[in-house]
Amino acid sequence: MKAWPSIGQIRWGWFLAAAAVLLLWPVFADTHTPTVLLIWALFALSLGLMWGYAGLLSFGHSAYFGLGAYTYAIAVINIGESTVPLLLAVLVPAVVAAVIGAMMFYGRISDVYMGVITLVVTLILFKFMSATAGDQYAIGDARLGGFNGIPGFPILNVPGMPEISLFGVPMYYIAAVSLLGCYLISRWILARSFGRVLVGIRENEARCELLGYSVPAYKTAIFTISAAMAGLAGCLFANWTEIVTPGVFSLRSAAEVIVWTIVGGVGTLIGPVLGAMALGMVKLLLGEQTVIDNSLLLGLILVVVVLAIPRGVVPALQGWWRGRARIRVQRAGHGRVRQRATTVRSGESATGWRRDAPGGSGASAEAPGTGGRLPAQRAVRP
Amino acid sequence: MDYAAVVVLQILYMIAFLALISAGLAIVFGMMRVINLAHGEFVMLGGYTTLACDRAGIDIWFAMLVIAPLVVGLVGLIIERLVIRFLYGRMIDTMLATWGLSLLLIGLVTLIFGSSAVSVAAPLPGYQLGEFQMGGYNLFIILVTLVLYVAMWVVLRHTRLGLVARGAMQNAEIASALGYNPRTVYMVTFTIGAALSGLAGGVLAPLTGLLPASGGAYIGQAFIAVITGGAGAVIAGTLASTGLFGVVSQLVSFAYSPVIGEIAMLALAIILLRLMPQGISGRFFRNSQ
Amino acid sequence: MSDAVVETIDLTMRFGGVTAVDHVNFTLRERELRCLIGPNGAGKSTFFKCLTGQYRLTSANGRVFIRGADVVGMRPHEVVRMGVGIKTQVPSVMNGLTVTENLWLAARRAHGWARSTAEVQRVIDEVGLADIARRQVGELAHGQRQMVEIGIVLAQDPWLVLLDEPAAGITGAEVERLVVLIRQINQSASVVVVDHDMEFVRMLGSTITVFHQGAVLTEGLAPQVLADARVREVYIGNRTQ
Repeated sequence: MKAWPSIGQIRWGWFLAAAAVLLLWPVFADTHTPTVLLIWALFALSLGLMWGYAGLLSFGHSAYFGLGAYTYAIAVINIGESTVPLLLAVLVPAVVAAVIGAMMFYGRISDVYMGVITLVVTLILFKFMSATAGDQYAIGDARLGGFNGIPGFPILNVPGMPEISLFGVPMYYIAAVSLLGCYLISRWILARSFGRVLVGIRENEARCELLGYSVPAYKTAIFTISAAMAGLAGCLFANWTEIVTPGVFSLRSAAEVIVWTIVGGVGTLIGPVLGAMALGMVKLLLGEQTVIDNSLLLGLILVVVVLAIPRGVVPALQGWWRGRARIRVQRAGHGRVRQRATTVRSGESATGWRRDAPGGSGASAEAPGTGGRLPAQRAVRP
Repeated sequence: MDYAAVVVLQILYMIAFLALISAGLAIVFGMMRVINLAHGEFVMLGGYTTLACDRAGIDIWFAMLVIAPLVVGLVGLIIERLVIRFLYGRMIDTMLATWGLSLLLIGLVTLIFGSSAVSVAAPLPGYQLGEFQMGGYNLFIILVTLVLYVAMWVVLRHTRLGLVARGAMQNAEIASALGYNPRTVYMVTFTIGAALSGLAGGVLAPLTGLLPASGGAYIGQAFIAVITGGAGAVIAGTLASTGLFGVVSQLVSFAYSPVIGEIAMLALAIILLRLMPQGISGRFFRNSQ
Repeated sequence: MSDAVVETIDLTMRFGGVTAVDHVNFTLRERELRCLIGPNGAGKSTFFKCLTGQYRLTSANGRVFIRGADVVGMRPHEVVRMGVGIKTQVPSVMNGLTVTENLWLAARRAHGWARSTAEVQRVIDEVGLADIARRQVGELAHGQRQMVEIGIVLAQDPWLVLLDEPAAGITGAEVERLVVLIRQINQSASVVVVDHDMEFVRMLGSTITVFHQGAVLTEGLAPQVLADARVREVYIGNRTQ
């Protein structure tokens, strides 16, 4: 008997097709914009992994994205060659996340307070970096540059050969491989006990504790992994924009990744990826005109999604697709009606996700007679 | 000696500022456990309302003390009916939806008023304290905040509305048990919270300048102050947290720089939350307002 | 006592001005089945939570030993890792997952990947969950969820089982099934059952410890205890269900 088939399962057909499209893309079209879309997709993937499967929503995930960007810039200016800076850009956010995560989770902080603390961390970084104008604020040879940031640092080069820079199409490939690689790593994590325990923690933390799992350890671990991926995305972003500014830590940046993830679909890995790419594209297109304000559209999308499709686009589509094949009523010989409920597979529920505060049933009774139950809760019933 | 007075006044102003912008959010969070991330935009709207009235020639005192709360209260009512009421009990979803609303409001204001900063003249003259030039308007802010919190306390303690509100803060079903429609209670609460935010924005407009994005600054600080204060005792908790933050941030600002002061405040928030996961009121003020 | 599975010495727990557990000395021997009863507020659930680590104890609270190991200051997951299975007062299961997945998580930590699947099947057979194995726990009836939680406890193969109100909300045939199951569990583990359903306790027929106002009122076999006038007096006005 297989348990947990779907969260760790890679649908190889789709994956290979997607990988082929990504890897062959440069043959047919320009890579400049797609590169940043892939980077944003990786950023969203990192949040989606933590949020969708462990139930941890960080309101300031931009902190680790930004740390990755700044670490790379500072390190590469000081070292000159890009291999170590790349590694540092992944390690530094991971270490910071491990510390902050341990502090939060071993302190048994609840959801809302985790939201506040993570938000505050990114705000601190934003304010701090914005105030570092002037020559005295420098790490080694790298001046932090305050609001204007750090411009003109060397971008990624072939390891060991600092003269050969990886500008342009190679950068696209690095982004694509990073995204595909992190996706595979995420699936691998989810297929292992570690991933399944995370889902258990998302569902009922207290019970997992009573099963002997050290819940804070698991949470800290996934938080660290997620931060490492976000840091990688940040490093690549720095290479794409060729400048790092405090804006990477901003409230806007933190909000965007959450919107991308939630619109795409929390509880899946592909959802945040697609959400980021689609909305990232929208953001880039909107940025070039002034008729529709970017904020307005983003805000409207977020409100509509939360009200209408709270689980996000991808799960809603999946639910619709399965709903069509949901109930095939068969009449057995003696007139008994047999229902085949294909939605209630053991895999499905593992990806099911309630965005309410965890610990018990998903339906909260805080306000009597509330209007909307999550549509998804209806979809899983046979 | 004069310098000491200046520092004290600055601290009082900072506390008043934080308490003023947090009042609306505190009511809404304390009552309904709703975290309204569009709160900063409500404050900003109050400011822009005052601006618009000022430009239209309406008396500025009337605009900031009457019109701004009314207008923003109305906006709050509309938002509650159209969005918030479907999301009760879903805390994270409410945060996300209100975040969306905040972006929406920023976009709308940008469309109407443009994105560059505008200002409203301070209607009170400055005064001299020793060798320091002080803004007289700051004193007004401190006064308004004081009056506001006293009024909140009086209403909660001595009126029937306040009693129902306090009951509902303890237990959402109490309102029903007392014969009041809980949906109405929530609707009224949210509207009042919005109105208070509008008042804050209106009153602060002459001092802070107006930008569509200024809501972002407000929400950060208000959010932190309210959560740290805790939901248990709205007034005591919020005053305690804003008091602490005001003192720390101003003292550090004076010692080092305003930026370090802000960072110190944020760092303090993290420390407090880590030590008191229920907020200050959860730890200390279990049985008060 | 060398063969004591659970031993508490002077266990005391106060909340503000209320002494919920008052200097309780309690001993449970290996393979013993014990019921803790008492009216609401008697302190039995508090006592239970002191054993499980759900209330974090300090040396000021007294001493608690589980199979000789000092568990004061331990967190629940550390107590569980020793080999203790815990079922809480309010059913604590993972509603968004299926019965099988719930059981798997329980088995996995105790048995390792290779054996988990077999263990899950064993529990399904023992507890009788085959009909609902693939159902989502959140959709099950209360009684079924109670059984699932007992299954979760069993999947860890514990040598000490602590059950807080396993009979709550279930009646009739389900209660009988529960009694049979608990006796079965008792063949390989020591069991402590906290409940205030007198009928259920009578059916279990074990030694009973009666709590009253935080202390042990009396202890003995079911017939004596249930006939004891003091016990009946303590229960007047506190009838179950």
